[in-house]
Amino acid sequence: MVILVVLGLPLLGALLLALFGARRYAAELNAGMSFATLIAVTFLVLRVLRHGSLLALHEQLFVDSFNVFLVALTAFVGFTTALFSRPYMRIEEQRGRLSPQRLRLYHSMYQLFMGAMFLALLTNNMGLLWVAMEAATLSTVLLVSLYRTRASLEAAWKYFILCGVGIAQALFGTILLYFAAEHVLGRQGMTALLWTHLNAVKGQLEPRVLGLAFVFLLVGYGTKVGLAPLHNWLPDAHAEGPTPVSAVLSGLLLNVALYAVIRCKVLVEGSIGSYLPGRMLMTFGLLSAVLGAFFLWRQRDIKRLFGYSSIEHMGIITFAFGLGGPIASFAALLHMTVHSLTKSSIFFAAGHASQAAHTQQMDGIRGLVSISPTIGWGLMLGSLAILGMPPFGVFASEFLILTTAMREHPWTTPFLLIALGVAFAAIFRKVQPMVFGECDAPPLPHSPALVPVFIHLAIVLMLGVYMPFALAEWYRAAARLIGG
Amino acid sequence: MHSSHMIVELLKLLAASLLLISFAMLSRRRTQRLITLFAWQGSVLFISTLLVAYSAGLTELYFSAALTLLLKVIALPWILHRLIQRLGAQWDSEPLVNIPTTMLVGLGLVIFAFGLAQPISRMATTITRNTIGIALAVIFLAFLMMITRRKAITQVIGFLAMENGLFFAATSATYGMPMVIELGIALDLLVGFFILGIFFFQIREQFDSLDLSNMEALKED
Repeated sequence: MVILVVLGLPLLGALLLALFGARRYAAELNAGMSFATLIAVTFLVLRVLRHGSLLALHEQLFVDSFNVFLVALTAFVGFTTALFSRPYMRIEEQRGRLSPQRLRLYHSMYQLFMGAMFLALLTNNMGLLWVAMEAATLSTVLLVSLYRTRASLEAAWKYFILCGVGIAQALFGTILLYFAAEHVLGRQGMTALLWTHLNAVKGQLEPRVLGLAFVFLLVGYGTKVGLAPLHNWLPDAHAEGPTPVSAVLSGLLLNVALYAVIRCKVLVEGSIGSYLPGRMLMTFGLLSAVLGAFFLWRQRDIKRLFGYSSIEHMGIITFAFGLGGPIASFAALLHMTVHSLTKSSIFFAAGHASQAAHTQQMDGIRGLVSISPTIGWGLMLGSLAILGMPPFGVFASEFLILTTAMREHPWTTPFLLIALGVAFAAIFRKVQPMVFGECDAPPLPHSPALVPVFIHLAIVLMLGVYMPFALAEWYRAAARLIGG
Repeated sequence: MHSSHMIVELLKLLAASLLLISFAMLSRRRTQRLITLFAWQGSVLFISTLLVAYSAGLTELYFSAALTLLLKVIALPWILHRLIQRLGAQWDSEPLVNIPTTMLVGLGLVIFAFGLAQPISRMATTITRNTIGIALAVIFLAFLMMITRRKAITQVIGFLAMENGLFFAATSATYGMPMVIELGIALDLLVGFFILGIFFFQIREQFDSLDLSNMEALKED
C-alpha cells in the first residue's frame, strides 16, 4: 500500500504544480510534496527493515534490499534539491531568465521526473522499467531546455536524440529478454518479464540470446549512465539546464540507469554462467573513468567540469560492479550513495557560485570565500570530498574498490590510479582559485540555501568515519543479492 | 495448412517491403516524401501485425495492430504534415552526402543484422521467425539515417522508423510484448513526439532554421 503512495505522491505533485506552479508559493509546494514523498519512503523503508522484501500490485512492484536504499537516497536528494531550488530559481526569475509560466513547467516536470525514477526503481517488470526510464528522459529533456537559449536547446536536442537512440537499443534488449523468458515461463500469467520470476529461472534462460540481449541493454542504459564513449550528452545537459536539474541528473538519474544495468547483469550472469557481463562492465567503467578524468583538464565551465567528474565516478562504480564479489559490490553501493550526496551538494554550491559571479565560466568566478563563506567552503569541502580525501566517505569506497581491484585484477590498478590522480590535479587546480583569491562581486539578492550542502557533506563525512550497523547490513544484503 | 503457408509467404513479402522502404528512406531528400514513406512503413506494419494476429489467434495482437494503425499510419504522419506546413518546410530538401556510400554501408548493416539474428531465429517458434533479421536491419538502417541527416525533422522520422523496426522485432520474435508494455511504449512515443514538435518551433526561433549544422556551440574546445 505504502509503495503506491510513494509512486502516487510525485504524480499528484506534478498535477498540482501543473495547475498552481506559477503561483508565488509554488517552490514551497514543490518542496512540500518532495517532503511528503520522503515521509512515505521512510515508512516504506521501515516496513522493509521489519518484514523484509515485499511485492505489490500483482507482483508488478517490488522492494528488496537492493532497490530500497536507492529509493531512500532518491527521495532524500529529491527533497534537499527542492529546498535548494527554492532560492535558486527565485534568483533566476528575478534576473529575468525565467517567466512564471516557465517555472510552472519546471516544478511540474521536477515532480514527474521524481515519479518516473521511483517507478523505474520500484517496478518488478523489465518492460515497465524501460517505460519509466524513457519517461524520465522525456521529462528531463524539457527541464534541460528550460532557458530556451541556443545552447540549452542544442543540449536538450543532443540529449533527446542520443538517449532516445540509446533507449531504443535497451528496448530491443528487453524484447530479446522477453523472447528468452517466454520459452521458460510462457506467455500466460504475464510473469515472463517480472524480475523476481526471471531471477528464479535464470539458469534455464537461453545463454546466447541473453548474451546478445545484454549487449543491447548495456549500450542502451549505459548511454543514460554516461559511460564513455556514449557520454556526449552528459556534460552539455549538465551545463545548460538549471542547476537543480544538474544536481538530480548527476545525483539520481545516473544511479537509476546504472541500477537498470545491474538488474540485467544479475539475470545474464546467471544465465550464461561466465564472467563476461562483469568484464564488459569493467571495460566500460575503466574507459569512462580514465576518459572522464582527462577531459576534466580542458573544461572552462564549472558545471561541465563536474559533469565530467560524474562520468569519471559512474565509471568507477560500474567498474566496481563489474568486479563483482561481496566487497566490490559493497563498495560500489557505498560509492553510489556518497557520490550522489557529494555531487549534488557540489552542484548546489556551484549553482550559487555562478549566480554570484554572473557567469559559469571558471575564469570569471573568483574569491567565493569573500563573497559568501558558506558557498566558498561548500564548494571547497565538496570538491575535497569528491576527490576522495579522507575522512570523507568517498575515500572509504574508493579505497575498497582499489584494494579489491589490486587483489583480483592487478592490471587495472594503474588505470584507476591515473584516473584518480588526474582528476585530483585537474579539479583541485581549478577550484582553488575560485574559492580563494580576490573578488568584489555583490552578495546575492536572496540568501542562498546552503543547509542542504552541509547536510549532504556531513552524511558523507559520517559514512567515511563511522558506518551505522544497520546501513552496513543493508549494503551487505544488497551486495549478496547482486554480486554474490 | 495451405492458407497458413500462404500467410507465411505473404508475411515474408511484407517484411521485404519494409526493408525496401527503409532503403528508400535513406535515399530521399524531400521531407514530405519521407513522411509519406513513414506512413507506408506504418501501413505495412499494420497489415503484417494483423496477419500474425489472425494466424496465431491472439486478441492482444489485434489491439496492437489497431494501435499501429491509429498512431503510426494516421496520427503521426498527419501531425508531421501539419507541422511542416506550419513551419513552411514542406519543400525543404537537404543535400545528401554521397548516396552510394550510404547505401553500401546500409547493405553491410543488413548482412550484419542477419548474422546477429540467426541464433534467435533458430530458437523462435513463431511463424514470423525468419523476419527477425529484417526487423533488426530496419532498426540499423533507421539509425544510419539519423546519423547521416542534418535536419531536425529527418532525425525525428529516423527515430520513429527505428521504433517501427523495434515493434516489428517484437511481433516477429515473440508475437508482441505484453499489452501493458505496448501501451506504455506507445504513450512514451507520443509524448516524446509532442515534445519534439514543440522543439521544432523553438529551434527555428533561435536558429532561424531547422538545420542542425547550426548547432555547434557546444563542441569540445
